[in-house]
Amino acid sequence: MMLAENVVELTIASQLEYIDLVTTLTDNITSMVGFDDETAYWINMAVRESVANAVEHGNKYDPQKSVDIRFTIGVDALRVSIRDYGDGFDPQTLPDPLDPNNLLNPAGRGILYMRTFMDTVEYTSHPEGGMVVTMSKRRTPRPSTRDLGEGDHNHDAVGN
Amino acid sequence: MQLEIKERALGEVVILDLIGKITIGEGSVQLRDAVSNLLDAGRNRIILNLGGVVYVDSSGIGELVSRYTTTKNAGGRLKLLNLPKKIKDLLMITKLLTVFEIYEEEEAAVNSFL
Repeated sequence: MMLAENVVELTIASQLEYIDLVTTLTDNITSMVGFDDETAYWINMAVRESVANAVEHGNKYDPQKSVDIRFTIGVDALRVSIRDYGDGFDPQTLPDPLDPNNLLNPAGRGILYMRTFMDTVEYTSHPEGGMVVTMSKRRTPRPSTRDLGEGDHNHDAVGN
Repeated sequence: MQLEIKERALGEVVILDLIGKITIGEGSVQLRDAVSNLLDAGRNRIILNLGGVVYVDSSGIGELVSRYTTTKNAGGRLKLLNLPKKIKDLLMITKLLTVFEIYEEEEAAVNSFL
């Protein structure tokens, strides 16, 4: 049976040590999907930034709170959603890192990088608490759709 | 270890050869400590050689900015050498390319302190 979308999910503790696990999985998925190396590198970084924000600013390193990552491999795009269990925030209220007065701020550039490297980045409050960041990147067309309909193989990527 | 830092001195100029990743957590902290130790010792002419850096995230970029500011506030200068293209891209996106003094040749970077 051909599936329109494949989903890969991963839940990590709120520890920075797990970010590399998420980005390794990201690299496996972007390779499988067929993104070129340059695009895959920047998707990796966008995911890293988002997960780091969830651990640091969302869950505030609370060991009782997890970060849930969901990759949805669609025909046209790869979507990645990252959920934390924090108090949430309004991204519109964050300082503009490109404002000359903010250029030398030590922090505040992560979301700008995410917006630069992904096609869409959306923030929503989860009805049961926490924030969900959903990012997408359009897939470049290629003749083969071999990766579709092989959902079980997605899980292999976790152990690579 | 995320980041390996090798220290070299050329006269009063100190070159830190960075190898590895400057990312949130260990890598950023290592860089912070290395520069702080130099400033504490009164050595404030610093070149960060980024030629061996394979990955930097926003935290790492923030750390470069912080070390630049801290060194400047200590009466010194912190300059960048051998920027990989992707780090240059990240600095450009955040309008930081013109903030730093950036060199492609070590000799030119060292001589810029003279």
